[in-house]
Amino acid sequence: MVKKKNPVGRVLIYVLLIGLTVITLTPLIWMLSSSLKIDSEVFTVPIKWIPDDPQWSNYTKVWEKIPLLTFTWNSVKLTVIITIIQVITSSFAAYGFAKCKFKGRNLLFLLYVATMSIPWQVYMLPQYSLMNTFGLVDTHLGYILMQSFNAFGVFLMRQAFISIPDELLEAARIDGLSEYGIYAKIMLPLSKASITTLVIFTFVTIWNDYMGPMIYFNTETNKTIQLGIRMFIGQYSTEYGLVMAVSVLALLPVLIIFLIGQKQFVQGVASSGIKG
Amino acid sequence: MKDKTNKKKKGMTLAMRQNLVGYSFILPNFIGFFIFIFIPVIFSLVLSFSHWDGFTEMEFAGFENFVDIFKDSVFVDSIWQTAYFSIFTVLFSMLASLGLALLLNQKIKARGFFRCALFFPYVASVVAISVVWNAMLQPDYGPVNEFLKFVGISNPPGWLASTDWVIPGLIIVNVWRNMGYFMIIYLAGLQNIDQSLYEAAEIDGAKGWARFRKITWPLLSPSTFFVVMMLIINSFKVFDLVYLMTNGGPGTSSTMISQYIYNQAFISWDYGKSSAAAMILFIIVALLTVFQFKAEKKVVNY
Repeated sequence: MVKKKNPVGRVLIYVLLIGLTVITLTPLIWMLSSSLKIDSEVFTVPIKWIPDDPQWSNYTKVWEKIPLLTFTWNSVKLTVIITIIQVITSSFAAYGFAKCKFKGRNLLFLLYVATMSIPWQVYMLPQYSLMNTFGLVDTHLGYILMQSFNAFGVFLMRQAFISIPDELLEAARIDGLSEYGIYAKIMLPLSKASITTLVIFTFVTIWNDYMGPMIYFNTETNKTIQLGIRMFIGQYSTEYGLVMAVSVLALLPVLIIFLIGQKQFVQGVASSGIKG
Repeated sequence: MKDKTNKKKKGMTLAMRQNLVGYSFILPNFIGFFIFIFIPVIFSLVLSFSHWDGFTEMEFAGFENFVDIFKDSVFVDSIWQTAYFSIFTVLFSMLASLGLALLLNQKIKARGFFRCALFFPYVASVVAISVVWNAMLQPDYGPVNEFLKFVGISNPPGWLASTDWVIPGLIIVNVWRNMGYFMIIYLAGLQNIDQSLYEAAEIDGAKGWARFRKITWPLLSPSTFFVVMMLIINSFKVFDLVYLMTNGGPGTSSTMISQYIYNQAFISWDYGKSSAAAMILFIIVALLTVFQFKAEKKVVNY
C-alpha cells in the first residue's frame, strides 16, 4: 500500500523479505545439512550446505543408539491424551463461563485468569511434592494430570463461545435441547477455528516440552523424544551429526501439524492479540 | 441418598437448577485445575515462609528465607541479569516483529510462505533450537563467528563461553525465536487499521515516515501494548532456553531468577529458599503487569 507505483520500492521490499527469511531459516537449514554429515565435517569452513557424501545412515543410527522408538511412542501417547483432555474439559468449562448463569461465576473466572499469569516456576516445586505424595512422580499419569488443566484453554474457548449470539441458544432451548445438547450440537461445531488453535497450541507445547519430562521422568522407558535429543550431548563430546538428525526427526510432527492447520492457527494467534 | 436427591430435584428452583448446570460444566476442568495448579500456588506461598527439604519436619521460618536470598549474591545478580535479558529481548523482539509485519502488510506475492517461514522458529522444539544455536555460536569454529571473521571482524565475541557475551547471545536466540509470533499479532493489528485514513493522509500530502508516525503507530498501540506485556512476562520467566543453552553459566553469569528457583529446589533441596525466590519472581511479574495496565490507559490512543 505504501509506494504502490514505485517499482524500485517493491523490489526493495522483496529483497529485504527474502533476505530476512533466509537469515531466519539459516539455523534450521544448517541443522538439516549437518544431520547428513560426519562429525568432522560439521564445522568445515566455508560451510558446505550440501555434503559431498550425505550420511543418510545418521537417520538409522539414532534409532539404534537410544531407545528412540519408545521415546517417540511416549511423546505421541502423552501429546494425544493431554490434547484430548485439554480440549474437552476446557471447552466444557468455557461453556459454563460463557453461557451459564450461576453463583460465583465471575469469582471463579477471575481465579482462572489470575492463575494464568503466574509463571510455572512459581509452583513447579510444590506441584512436584504434591505429585510425590500421590506417588505420581515418574509416571505418565502424573505428567498428564499436571499438564491437562491449564487456564489458557478455558480462556481461549470462552472467547470463541462469547461471540456466538445468545438468541441462537434461546431458539435451541425452545426446541427442547438441553444445555449439554447445545454445547455439543451448536457451540462446538461453530467454534472449529478456536478448537484447531487450541489443538495445535497444546500439541506443540506438549510435544516440545522439555522441563516437565526432565523433572518428572527418571525411568528410561518413561522418557520422551525431547529428552532423547539431549542424550546425544555428552559433557565432553557431542555427536553433532546424530544430534541434528534426531532434532530433525523431532521437528517433523510439529512441522506437519503446523502446515496442516497454519491458517486457523495464525488466525487464532492474531485474534488472541486483538482480544487480549 | 437417592431419596434425598429426588426430593431435592422436585423442590429445586430455577436458579438452583441453573447453578447446578453451570457447576457441572466447570467441574471436570476445575477439579484438576484446583488440585494440580491452585493448591500448589498456595502451597508455594506457605513454603516460602518455611524451612523444608522435602523429607524432614517442616518448620516455620518467618522472613528468614527472604533475608537469606537477598544476602545471596547469586540471587541478587540473577535479578539484574533477568532484567538485562528482558529489556533487550522486549525491545529487539518488538522492533523486529513490527518491522516484519510492516513488510508483510504490503501487497506481495507468496505472503503465506513468508509468514509461515518466519513463524516456524516459534513452534520448533527448544531442545533442537538450543542444540543448533549452541553449535552456531561456538566461539572458535561456529558459523556465526566464521561469518564475522569473513566480514573483517578479526576478534569476534566468545558468545556463550564468555561472561560478557553470554546474555547478548541468549537475547539473539530469543529474539529469533519470538519475532514470528509477535509479527502475526502486529499483522492483525495492521489489518484492522482503516485504509481510508491513509487515503486521507495521501490527499494531505503525508508521506512514508509521517504516515507511520501519525497513523500507523498510534493506531497500533493496542497491539503494541499486548506485544510488550507478553514479551515482558515471557522473558522474565525464561527458563528452558537458558537452562538448555548455558545452564546459567559460565559461572553464574547467565543465571536467571527461574534458574535460581530450579537450582535451589532440585539441586540444593532448599524448598524454602526456592519458594521465596519464586514469590519474588511472582511479585515482579505481577507488578509489571499492573504497571502495564496502568500505562495502557495513558498510552493506548483509542
